[in-house]
Amino acid sequence: MMGFFLNSMEVILRGAGVTVKLTVASLLLGAIIAIFVALAQVYGKWWINLIATTYERILRSIPILIIMFMVFFGLPTFGIRFDPFLAAIISLGLRSSAYQSQIYRGALLAVSEGQIMAARSVGMTGIQTFLHISFPQAARFSVAPLTNEFTIVLKDTSIAYAIGVTELLREGTYIVSTTYDPLLIYSMCAAVYFIMTFGTNKFVSLLEKGFAIPGYEVRGVERG
Amino acid sequence: MAEFIKVFFQAFPFLMSGLKFTMELAIISIIFGLGIGMLISTLRVYGGRISYTFSTAYVEIIRGTPLLVQLFIFYFSFPQIGIHLSPIVASIISFSLNSGAYQAEYIRGAIQSVEGGQMKAALSVGMTKWQSIRLVIMPQALRKVIPSWTNEFVYLVKYTSLAYLVGVPELTAQGEFVASRNFEFMNVFSGVAVVYLFVILAITWFFSSLEKKVKIPGV
Amino acid sequence: MKLLEVKNLKKRYKDKEVLKNISFDMDKTETIVVIGPSGTGKSTMLKCINRLVEPDGGQILLNGQDITKARRVEKLRQRIGMVFQEFNLFNHLTVLDNVRIGPWKVKKLSKEKATKLAMEILKNVGLDDRANAYPAELSGGQKQRVGIARALAMEPDLILFDEPTSALDPELVGEVLEVMRNLAEHGMTMLIVTHEMSFAKDIADRVIFMENGEIVEDGTPEKIFNAPEKERTHQFLAQFTNR
Repeated sequence: MMGFFLNSMEVILRGAGVTVKLTVASLLLGAIIAIFVALAQVYGKWWINLIATTYERILRSIPILIIMFMVFFGLPTFGIRFDPFLAAIISLGLRSSAYQSQIYRGALLAVSEGQIMAARSVGMTGIQTFLHISFPQAARFSVAPLTNEFTIVLKDTSIAYAIGVTELLREGTYIVSTTYDPLLIYSMCAAVYFIMTFGTNKFVSLLEKGFAIPGYEVRGVERG
Repeated sequence: MAEFIKVFFQAFPFLMSGLKFTMELAIISIIFGLGIGMLISTLRVYGGRISYTFSTAYVEIIRGTPLLVQLFIFYFSFPQIGIHLSPIVASIISFSLNSGAYQAEYIRGAIQSVEGGQMKAALSVGMTKWQSIRLVIMPQALRKVIPSWTNEFVYLVKYTSLAYLVGVPELTAQGEFVASRNFEFMNVFSGVAVVYLFVILAITWFFSSLEKKVKIPGV
Repeated sequence: MKLLEVKNLKKRYKDKEVLKNISFDMDKTETIVVIGPSGTGKSTMLKCINRLVEPDGGQILLNGQDITKARRVEKLRQRIGMVFQEFNLFNHLTVLDNVRIGPWKVKKLSKEKATKLAMEILKNVGLDDRANAYPAELSGGQKQRVGIARALAMEPDLILFDEPTSALDPELVGEVLEVMRNLAEHGMTMLIVTHEMSFAKDIADRVIFMENGEIVEDGTPEKIFNAPEKERTHQFLAQFTNR
């Protein structure tokens, strides 16, 4: 019994490694796109803003499973083929970019107009104001919602199961199909996910306490 | 584009029969979820130590694990302990339990924002604690929670697509069926995406007008 | 040559004329206090002078150079300090960083020089012991003194004060006015919008009374407060003496 448990755990942890890689890569891809989307929404002309907002709205309205199907099964119609792992990263990354852009936009807008005016009044250029005043504050405002986005993406990597990525849940399912012990195996999967998300949350809140600046208390965490 | 429209109209009857399941799943789950959310949030705010610990653990465990894993536990694991659930029932149970945990958090936040003075005032006119919660706190908290609740409903509509993976013939499943039968993946999945997009825009519009309707000045 | 000359300054928002033909001038080391009812364009006028608000017409000359035509508006703002009603301190920076960020990042002084300068100025406003505090840890009066220090650190030709004590609790007003009085005595050129009448009487070399986007009267404090020429000035000031 113990041997079975340990063997299964080893396989599940291997899957967890893939899950972490998927999560980190998707978040990074999402962040890069999101920064441009947010900048377009906050500083862009009205038509740039409109394009960015439409992009964001559409990606927030389509289930991640459909996005994955479009990328993995749909794009080959145009001769564009990705392996399941890459298709999952692209799908999760695109969708995360829509949510992350909201985070960055909100954070940029949370920096008060008065501070921007004060920065201009000491002679800062637009770029200096962004670098020294808006960005550092927006970055801090983003920490709590980004932690939340991290856990959402981490949990949703399980959906990459559907296009055949051998991440945590699929590794678990392989064990189930040979051992017929779904209750134990899926509970173990759940436990590993829980440790990852809960651990991250605790770690970040410790980190936040360490780097806290008075007046920047952590704000409530909401579902994406 | 012409090709897309042709395929979309061929697929349309299938997609609509799928949409019926999608909406059923989402509506039933959000209602059960609301009940669970009200109960759990009340326990978390007003309960004693045991009910606080239980409700907090419930919320943290549900929010800390993927919905798909929860669904797999109900559908694939429960037969092992003699409980056989149909795909639809397993889906509704896991979606409701999942949504309940999130709704509990929204309602808890809303309760805490109306708490304080309101509770004292209600007790001071001679209401019991339970009456105060039911007649004073909850009506205000539930109004405040409408925007997050709209968000939650949109979220549920999108995530009911996971029911496809345990065999519920909902919108995504129908799309997959038509797509693989005709070998028209891009066109059909784009069509499915358009249907989700349309439904979600409609929901958002509906609830923002509802919010205006039930709004009480200053609350 | 005058330090500042404002000629026929005009500003409108949609169909509301906020500033109609404002003209006045200022000498170096002069302190001018602008008074008048709320919403009469005093604050807009200040913001036109450093072009945080773009004027629609007229000329503003600083040392004879037309500000409204200056191509590098940032260069211009380095020479005109501003102190805001709501302080507008940079919340993520310590007191020291709030004060030295201008000379350091904008004027490109070395970090050491900027720090030394900032510490001297903080000492002058009595806050050198709070150099490492964050804005959220300060009282309103302390915040505004940091606001003044931030403007001073750029060593400007002129400082604009936009109702610097209006957001303060009454017991905190004194410490801010004290700092400003000190600056006036040391020859800083200041253009101050305020509702503190006794302070105005005390500190001003000249007082300008503004109403409905126009300068109604401009003169020494003795003249404006004791013997105003215009009926409107008299009516406005009566509210304060009756209280």
